[in-house]
Amino acid sequence: MIKKLTCIAALFTGLACFNVAQADDYYQELGGKEGVEKIVDNFINEISFDQNIVKFFEGTDITRLREKLIEQFCHESGGPCEYTGDSMKDVHAGMKITKAEFNRVVELLQAAMDDAGTPQTAQNRLIRSLAPMRPDIIHQ
Amino acid sequence: MKTKLITLTAVAISTLAVADVNAGSRLIATSGVTQLEGGAGGGLTPWAVISGYADEGEYSIGAFHTSTDVQDFRLKVNGVSASYDNRFEISAALQSFEIKGVAGDLRQEIYGAKYRIYGDAIYSALPQVAAGIQYKRLLDGDIADAVGAEDSDSGIDYYVSATKVHLAAVAGYHFLWNATLRATQANQMGLLGYGGDDESGYTLQPEVSALVLLTDDLALGAEYRKKPDNLSAFDEDSFSDLFVAWFPNKNVNLTLAYADLGSIAGSEDQDGFYFSISSWFK
Repeated sequence: MIKKLTCIAALFTGLACFNVAQADDYYQELGGKEGVEKIVDNFINEISFDQNIVKFFEGTDITRLREKLIEQFCHESGGPCEYTGDSMKDVHAGMKITKAEFNRVVELLQAAMDDAGTPQTAQNRLIRSLAPMRPDIIHQ
Repeated sequence: MKTKLITLTAVAISTLAVADVNAGSRLIATSGVTQLEGGAGGGLTPWAVISGYADEGEYSIGAFHTSTDVQDFRLKVNGVSASYDNRFEISAALQSFEIKGVAGDLRQEIYGAKYRIYGDAIYSALPQVAAGIQYKRLLDGDIADAVGAEDSDSGIDYYVSATKVHLAAVAGYHFLWNATLRATQANQMGLLGYGGDDESGYTLQPEVSALVLLTDDLALGAEYRKKPDNLSAFDEDSFSDLFVAWFPNKNVNLTLAYADLGSIAGSEDQDGFYFSISSWFK
């Protein structure tokens, strides 16, 4: 509560309290193992219905994709997992993903989290964890 | 004027029913809202964001209406904007300023251009930076002449803005700040002319905004805009506001604010509600 008040006070004085709540440990806030699995299942479902995005997944082993995404989201949120997939740069090599397509996938992930009932603040934290990967994903 | 507002509201409400028609690809709310002079930004001040939702290779077209009622004055602004490539923005706005007890509006045209120099407000480590100009032409300059303005025809504002979104930075909520530095001669944005008997040249004025996104499409924030004080006849104060901005989809934004406009042309403590609607058709 104090932290929250400090942040609000900081907001109105124009100074920010960035990273006060930095602790990258929001696995439980995402709903733990069950929550992350639900987000990933919804995410894959959203992708499979998006005509502009699904084309990037032709020939993809969906079972493996699901497993690696669960590992990645679990790891990024401070859960008890290691990400054993390929680097983001390797995964997206040659795909020539545009900024528009990247944004669309962010929207699909947000929709997936909405459907999973993920709290707004946990959604935001996962987006923050994933955002730095953008340079390795677009224009490759 | 009332018909215009009703039409715009109808357009906005009809777009509420359908999600993201012809919209660009940037994330919801990254359009910002439309400021008093027609630029993308907060309500009072331009930001480094480019109007609409266009990203690389895309363009955007929009229109807006803003209405502010305070004790002794009413300001209505109508305008249009276009942008390309999330790089370049142009806008045109017509301000109509009504003074209580005085017949006839005081009108000012504003043509704006803005260029994004660097960065992406969300993804780059440093803020997104843009530079812009606002060419202002007073259509009714008699009052500006009467109050001692140096120039009652036209003036140009120049500004540089920096905008940064800090993801999940405030108790898990996204936080945005903008800082703008404006070089201007304008008295009350230009409605009372440009330059005065106390100060006729350009002065640098800071403008700041900060907000939190309570959800992906609902922002709560505050703004402050310092203004010159060029005329010996009147004191001119800064503008400030508290606002709520809602982005039901990428075609429309509704903003409601409580604005404190300070002293205007000798009338002290002018404050009241501010309502603005922006629509993006492409």
